Order: sequence, then structure tokens, then C-alpha cells
Amino acid sequence: MQGLIDRLTALLNDGTVARVLGWKKGDMPYNPEPAIFNSAEELKDFVYDGFCGANLSKMMIEATKLEGKTAVCLKPCDTYSFNQLIREHRVNRDNAYIIGVGCRGKLDIEKIKKDAKGITEISGTELDGQEKVTIKTIYGDKEINYTDALLGRCHVCKGKEHMIADETWGESKDTADQERFEEVQKLEAMTAEERFEFFKNELSKCIRCNACRNVCPACSCRKCVFDNTKFDAQQKANVDSFEEKMFHIIRAFHVAGRCTDCGECSRVCPEGIPLHLFNRKFIKDIDKYYGEFQAGKDPEAQSPLTDFTFEDIEPGERG
Amino acid sequence: MQRIGVFVCHCGSNIAATVDVKKVVELVRYEPGVVFADDYMYMCSEAGQEKIIEAIKENKLTGLVICSCSPRMHEKTFRACAEKAGLNPYMVEIANIREQCSWIHKDREEATEKAVILARAAIAKVNLNTPLQEGESPVIKRALVIGGGIAGIQTALDIADAGYPVDIVEREPSIGGRMSQFDKTFPTLDCASCILTPKMVEVNQHPNITLYTYSEVEGVAGYVGNFEVQIKKKARSVDMAACTGCGECQAKCPLGKMGKIPSEFDRGLKNRPAIYMPFAQAVPAVPVIDRENCTYFKTGKCGVCAKICPSKAINYEQEDEIVTEKYGAIVVATGFDIINLDKYGEYAYNESPDVITSIELERLMNAAGPTGGHLERMSDHKQPKDIVFIQCVGSRCDDEKGKPYCSKVCCMYTAKHAMLIKDHWPDTNVTVFYIDVRTPGKNFDEFYRRAVEQYHVNYIKGQVGKVIPQPDGSLMVQGVDLLDNKQIMKKTDMVVLAAAIEPNKGVRKIATMLTASIDNNDFLTEAHAKLRPVESPTAGIFLSGMAQGPKDIPETVSQAGAAAVKVVGLLAKDKLKTNPCTAKCDPMFCNGCSTCANVCPYGAITYEDQLVRGPGVNETRRVAIVNNALCQGCGACTTACPSGAMDLQGFSNRQITTEVDAICQ
Amino acid sequence: MSVNENGEFRPLIVAFCCNWCSYAGADLAGSSRLSYPADVKIIRVPCSGRVNPMFILRAFERGADGVIICGCHPGDCHYSTGNYYARRRMTLLFSMLDYIGVENGRTRVEWCSAAEGAKFSKTMNEFCEKIASLGKNVRLGDLRCKD
Repeated sequence: MQGLIDRLTALLNDGTVARVLGWKKGDMPYNPEPAIFNSAEELKDFVYDGFCGANLSKMMIEATKLEGKTAVCLKPCDTYSFNQLIREHRVNRDNAYIIGVGCRGKLDIEKIKKDAKGITEISGTELDGQEKVTIKTIYGDKEINYTDALLGRCHVCKGKEHMIADETWGESKDTADQERFEEVQKLEAMTAEERFEFFKNELSKCIRCNACRNVCPACSCRKCVFDNTKFDAQQKANVDSFEEKMFHIIRAFHVAGRCTDCGECSRVCPEGIPLHLFNRKFIKDIDKYYGEFQAGKDPEAQSPLTDFTFEDIEPGERG
Repeated sequence: MQRIGVFVCHCGSNIAATVDVKKVVELVRYEPGVVFADDYMYMCSEAGQEKIIEAIKENKLTGLVICSCSPRMHEKTFRACAEKAGLNPYMVEIANIREQCSWIHKDREEATEKAVILARAAIAKVNLNTPLQEGESPVIKRALVIGGGIAGIQTALDIADAGYPVDIVEREPSIGGRMSQFDKTFPTLDCASCILTPKMVEVNQHPNITLYTYSEVEGVAGYVGNFEVQIKKKARSVDMAACTGCGECQAKCPLGKMGKIPSEFDRGLKNRPAIYMPFAQAVPAVPVIDRENCTYFKTGKCGVCAKICPSKAINYEQEDEIVTEKYGAIVVATGFDIINLDKYGEYAYNESPDVITSIELERLMNAAGPTGGHLERMSDHKQPKDIVFIQCVGSRCDDEKGKPYCSKVCCMYTAKHAMLIKDHWPDTNVTVFYIDVRTPGKNFDEFYRRAVEQYHVNYIKGQVGKVIPQPDGSLMVQGVDLLDNKQIMKKTDMVVLAAAIEPNKGVRKIATMLTASIDNNDFLTEAHAKLRPVESPTAGIFLSGMAQGPKDIPETVSQAGAAAVKVVGLLAKDKLKTNPCTAKCDPMFCNGCSTCANVCPYGAITYEDQLVRGPGVNETRRVAIVNNALCQGCGACTTACPSGAMDLQGFSNRQITTEVDAICQ
Repeated sequence: MSVNENGEFRPLIVAFCCNWCSYAGADLAGSSRLSYPADVKIIRVPCSGRVNPMFILRAFERGADGVIICGCHPGDCHYSTGNYYARRRMTLLFSMLDYIGVENGRTRVEWCSAAEGAKFSKTMNEFCEKIASLGKNVRLGDLRCKD
């Protein structure tokens, strides 16, 4: 990590960039938060470890509007989102200096907390850290395999390559050990009643906090359609209704063909709703009906929903 | 708040018999915004319209809902009526309670209930209507015809004769198209060149016609009345002004004698020099150098043509040139070709030179053709004594290999070929294998019957399964006779395939540039199959000839004339009214993401950096701008837009949502 | 949804019809007197490509039992391409609705030309029967919008 800080310091000092977008230490050992560093001095709080799951590409929309270049640390999967934002003219590439940081998968604190209550310190989560993570708690030390504590999304890792970067730092690892569409397939195999019960159960937890919307790099509208008075679509959370379904279906629909499957929606949901299951269903259908497509892989590629062929499948057909 | 008047029409008994009109009036009277409601026997009549006008004035109405027949029938009438009373015509909505209610429902109560719901939806919508202004756009009084075959030639001549300038763009070095390759034409058997050549000359000499031969359309921008077209004039390597068309260069080109460049015009049955005119009557009578094959362009040596040209017209340095010209209307007359026969290995077309297509036969029988009009086998140059014609090769085909449609002209030209052969060489044995013989058209069936009755052409209903070249140079044809229900093995000297016709390959690219729709077979689609057959659904684009569908020469010429009249009708106008129901972008919501532009079929959306000011916003942003003259109001952009920034006037998001709500109340 | 005096379920069906083909097809069904149930209420839109998935979900939210989108046949779109985009959107949307457990069959897309009055009527009859067999839409309705 020191190597990365040194490099960022150099970039700030020689004027290549005016600021750095990275992560700074949080108030707990497991919650670093995205932050802007305007000077080498401020970088003392910079951190990059296994808990830096946040995808910083969306913040570049505002950061690249500022005077001078912004250096941003992007993990391999984050670069897909960044490419997608380039395609949609949302970020100014000329004002971005991309450091492709290495990644060996990011950690899910909820998985760690299951066995370890009263955490005071966690070590071994750095990029060059150990196979095991050591957790100090008020009840004594615990150890957990790094790979056992990975975020769900890291089990379906898109690969260790950065899709776009001005320079890279650190080694990456492809952590995929699961079939990407396994969860979706499992749901598809259920009866309609079971699926309905599953989603009703999950979505009834939704409190419409909009965390998913705020974090999603594809869901980056300046103003959301659900806040658009000209659409008569403003909604609130309620107890037993369709509105959450509508919100999440439309949200997933609006990012269909643009969603890179970065998994941030599920990571930030305070209610733990597996929101990525919506997006991944669309991705699966798109792959199946219109040919494999990975948003953000190629910033020139046409999104499947703004494209067609004469022979497309008819709605309702199960091909 | 709007002040809405609701008018419920009885339509005699058409509506009133099933819908309780009075009850509808009573029930909608208290809907939000409604200040007036009434019914009348015939709302569209003079008296009915007077009633509306009076009500508008008396009640200071700001919006109208007419519960009547389909808006497709009388929307225009009621809009005009509103305008007469000083109301914006786009403040009128129609509730379709005839075609979509009274005519299809029998139960009076049910129909009345539905009529009320439809009226409510329309009222809810009118509450959100805003006055819209029709724009005006000027008309450039010049037409473009793409394609210089008989279709393009006739269209251009008719437009030019009406007094408007017209340009023809032709890909080949000469105009004339397919027809110039033909020998004789059915059903009169007059020679194709004799009737076509004078028209080609007329085109060349017409003061209103400009010819761009050896040229292609490269790009199209704009809209009806105001197209901007880029035409690429490919380098001819010959100065058109200087060339006298003497033909010396062609005669002396070393590749003419020793070269092996197949002549496109003679369908490869003959070779041509590298500098060439496709045929003797070419218009313009100026050769081109085929740079791909020319020795000078390949090696830098030779230059014979430049040396011997008496008028120093050869110019090796000439470059492609892009001409940009503006047009009010564009006619697509790109014509046809026959299908590639590679998939039809069973007919041995690629194996035997004596299996030929009908268009090759045209060349072989043409006095100006490769054999001087003498029919001979390409393998041994002997005159065939027995000829078999196979119909529907790739036409009316139900598998992927061929085309599903009937090519329409094959039955007639085969009858023509058979008769001409019998005429010249009466002892030739001619057999035709057919699925059906289709000869509708004036004097067409008589023509076919002459082939059978007078010339004794042997017509066999049935298909050919295989053509097998024999070691002795003959061909064995295996077929079936469906009427006698027996297998046929027939030895013959020559097989002629009536290959299916298909639209010219380049038409898809042109249609895309023009945003004109084409069907699954790449034929251009008409605006209406019956009522607007020579117009494309895209305003300002017209269709002429085979590009729209299979047809013979008389039909092509009539369609060409019809397209010309439509063009002239458009060019005669000084200004066009534009549809005000266009898309509109709210810069406060726009992300500038280009999603909408990706789905716009008209290229009507561009992006601009604009200063956006609003609550909490003061910055320069990339936002979408809709060109109202280009936008046709389809709304594709509105659905693609995630934030709802893009909206369609007249069918806005809120208007449709409110209709949904009113129906689902 | 409504229930008539016989206690029989009458579905509420919203049909989005494009102005150029299907709406004209519906008119033709009318002028040919080819009946279909009054449960079908048509909303005219310029093109099937104008139908925003939000309209469809909105209809369900407000109590529609079935939603059908009718457009020009592929290749015949008045605006060249609108129905192709609609086809992709609806394919994905319908698949998603099925995925979250909404009965397959409450949504449908049908291509219907201006000449296909008979097809329009037949389609609507079939669709009404289908929705009647599925019964009241309980999975997608918003309880606050209905009594």
C-alpha cells in the first residue's frame, strides 16, 4: 500500500493530477470510505485494503468536471463501469488519470461478523496480505480464510484485467469460483408461486432509502425518473404493494445493457436485498437472446437495447 | 385548469343504438375540467361543427373532447373546427366510441360503460394538452433519382418535363440498367434497345436533367423538402468534356485482346478491355478505366490509351470527387439483379458452361451480344438442338435457400425466349419445366398460349431435380411430370435457368441512409400497400421500379410515372407544414448520454453544450437537442431515455400515464 | 377488474396500439363488426416503440389484469425501427415479470397490421379468455389504488 501512496504522492507533487480519488480510513477497521485527497499531506489517511469494495467510477462524473486531472483508483471490475460512463459521455476522460489497482477480491464484513463479534482490529487484508485474515475482538483473536470472506460478487469475478488504465499498481487475481448465473438459474427453476414469494419477501424489506440508486454507476441520471414530476412516477415506500417491485424492475430495466454487474447495489443495501439478481437476470437474457454482451468491456459497443436484428425473438417466447 | 367541452356524437344510430349517448353526457359532465357537455346526431356535419364552435365561444372552452368515430376518420375535421373558433387544433382529443366501442359491443350497458371510460381517458388527457404550433419548412425544388435504369430514366424524364430540375445517380458507367441488356420485350417482341436508347438520349439532352454516372450516393442528411445528399463521382480517368466517344482507346487497349476481364454487361460471356464503355449505345458515350485491372494502374507501364487518344481526354491523375447537392425529394429506382446460383448445385450452373441464366440467354440472342445474336453453346459453339428451360429457380421457395415470392416476369420472358428460338431455328426442341404458369396482364396469356399452341413449346408441369453434365458434352435433365405422374430423364444441349430476381445489393445501404424501410427480402416498403404504393413511409422518399417489388417493364414505367407525379406534387409546394407532435428534451433532466440518438431513426437528435440553470443547477452540460423538422414523432427516444428528460409532445409521458390511470380507475 | 351482477369476473385489459397499424386494425375490426369483449380499452400511441415499460407497470399497479401491446409487423414499422426496439424491450420486461413470479400471460405483444381487423379481434378475444382464466391480478396491484 505504501508503494501506491508514494506513487500518488509523486503524481500530486509533479502536478500530473490535482487530486486523488481513493479511500480513507473509516472509524472502524472495516469501513474505509471513498474520499478526495487534495494534497500529499492528506494522503496520510489513504487506505487500500480488502474492504475497499466501493466502486469509485461514478464519483468521477463530478470529479472530472473540476479543474485539473483527478487520479482515481479503479479495481479491474470498476474499470468496466468507467468505460460505460465514457460511452455515455458522463465522465471527461481527459480529466481522469486512472490507476488500475490490483485486487484479490474484496471482503464482506457481514460474513466476518458472523463468527467475530466485538471487532477491534483486522489485519492481513492488504493486497499483499496473507491467505488468512486475523481478527482481534474483545473476546479474543479469530482467523478466517480470505477467500471465505469474499463478497458474493467476487465469486463471479469478471477477471483480473483492467479494461482501461493509465498505469497499474499491484497484482490482481481472478477470484471466480462460481457460475455467474447460478443464482438466477436456481430461481428460474422454481415455480412462479415460489419465485413470487421469494421476491415479495425480499422486496418487502425495501425501505426506499435509494442507496442502490445512489451507488450504482449505471444509475447515474442527473435526476431520477422517479423524482421526475413530469412523469407522475414519484413514489414512497409502503407496506404491502407493488411500488417497490415497480421501482426495482424499472431501475434494473433502465440499467439493462448498461449494467456491468459490479454488484454495488447488493453490497450497499442496508436490508441485504440481493438486488443484483434483477440485473443479472437481464444480463442472462440479453446474453441468451442477443448474444453475449459485457457492458463496459468496449466503450464503442452498441448497447443491446439500442440495437436489434430482424430475427430477434418475440416477446413471451422462451428460446 | 382547462375548460373542457365534451361532445358526444350519435352518428345516426351507429353509436346511439348501442351506447346510451345521453347517459354518457350526464356521466362525464362532472369530470375534472369539464364545463360543458352535449350530444348531437352528427357531430361532423356542418350543423354539428357549428354547435362546437358556438360552445367554444360561449363557454370560453380551452379543450375539446369529441366522442365519436375513430380519430383516423375525423380528427382533422374537428381540429379544423376548433381552429375556426380560435382554439389551438391540438387541444382536441377524440374518444373512439364507434369503431372501438359501439360497433363491436352488443350489450348496451356494457358499451355505455366503456364509452364513459374512453371519454374519461380523453378528458384526462386533454387536461394535460398544450397548444402546439405547426412549423413550416421550405421545399427545395430539385429531385434526385437514384438508379438510371428504365425506372429511373422514366421518372427523371417525367419530372424534368414538368419543369423541375432532376439529377440521376447511376453506379455503372452508363445509364440503361437491365433493360439495355435485353434482346426483345414481351408481349410485343419489339427490341429493347430500340425503345430504350431514344429515352437514354433524351435524358442526356434534357436541359433539366443532370447525369452522375459511375457515381454513388455516399450520404444523406435532412428531411422531406430539404435533403442534403453527398454523391461520390468515382474517378473515370477520362475527361468527360474532352472525350468525343470515338472508341479508339477501347480498340487499342492491349487488355482488350489478351486480357481476361469479363464484361459485366455481357454477364461474363465476353471479355472487355480495361478502358471501356459497357455497350455501344452507352450514355454518356465516355469510357472509364477499370483501375483494378488496368496495366498502367497496376504497374505504371503501358499508357497506350493516353498516347493514342486524339482529344487528350485520358487523365490518370483524376480523383474521386464528392459533390454535395440539395434536393426536395428523392426517388429510389435501384432495380434488381438475379440471385447467386451457388446454392443450386443440382442445376450444375457452376459446372457446365451450357447451363445458363435467362439474362445470359438474352445476351446470347442479342444481335449486339457476344455471339452476334447467334444462339450457341458456350462449350463448343455449336447451335443447340434441344433446350430445356427451368422455371422458379429460387422463386416461390419455402426454404432458406431461395426467395418466398414469385419473381413475376419469368413465365413471360421464358415464353418469349421459347418463341424467339422457335422462330429463328424452327427445328429446335424446346421444353419448359414449370410449377405454375402465371400470365396475368394485358395480352399476356394470349402470348403464352401462342408459345404452346402455335410454336408447340413443350410445357411440363413439374420440377427438375438434377442436371447432370454427360461425358459427350450433353446434359441429362432429371425431372418429374406431375400431370402424368412419371419420372423424366431427358438429354438436352442447353439448360436455361429462370433465376429468381432480388433487389440490387446496394439497396440496403441506400435505404439505411434514407431511413426508408425495407422488407425481409430487401424490397423497399410502400407507405401503404394499396393507397400509397409509390411512396416510402419516410416522407419525401419515393419508389420506382423493381426496388419496390418484382414487376415488368410496362408496370415499371407506370410506377415511374406515378412516382414522378408524387415528386412534382411535392416540389410544386413552396412550404411544407411540419408535425408539431415532436420530441422535446428537458435539459434539467438530460444526462447527455446519447441513448436517445442511438434509437432515433431520423438522426433528429444532436448534442450541444448548454448552460443549464435551475434549482441548485448552474452549469454547462451536454444535452440533447431535437431538430423539429427532422423529428417525425415516433417517440422511440422517450422510451430509451432513462430519466424521462425526453418527452413527446401530444403523447407525453404524463398524458399516457393519466390515460392509463383513467382507464384503470 | 370488475365483477358483474352474476358474480362473474370481468378483467380490465389495457391495450396500447400504434397509430399506424394496430389502431387502424382495431378500427377495421370495428367497421367489420368483429366483436371482442368490452373489457379491452385501447390507448393510442404513435408507435409500439413509444410504450414505456413504466406505462405497463403503472397499469398493473392501478389494477389492470392484463396489458397487451400491439404494433406494426416487424419490418413494417411506420418509423422503420420502432417495433424492433419495442420487441427487445418487451422480451426483457416480460421475462423479468415471469422471473419475479407474475403469471406468464398477463402481458402480450401482438403485431397486427391495418388490414388485420380479424386478427385484432381474434387476438383480443384470446387475450381476454386468457386473462379471465388467470383471474384477478393480485401480484402486481397496488392496494392503495383500489378499494
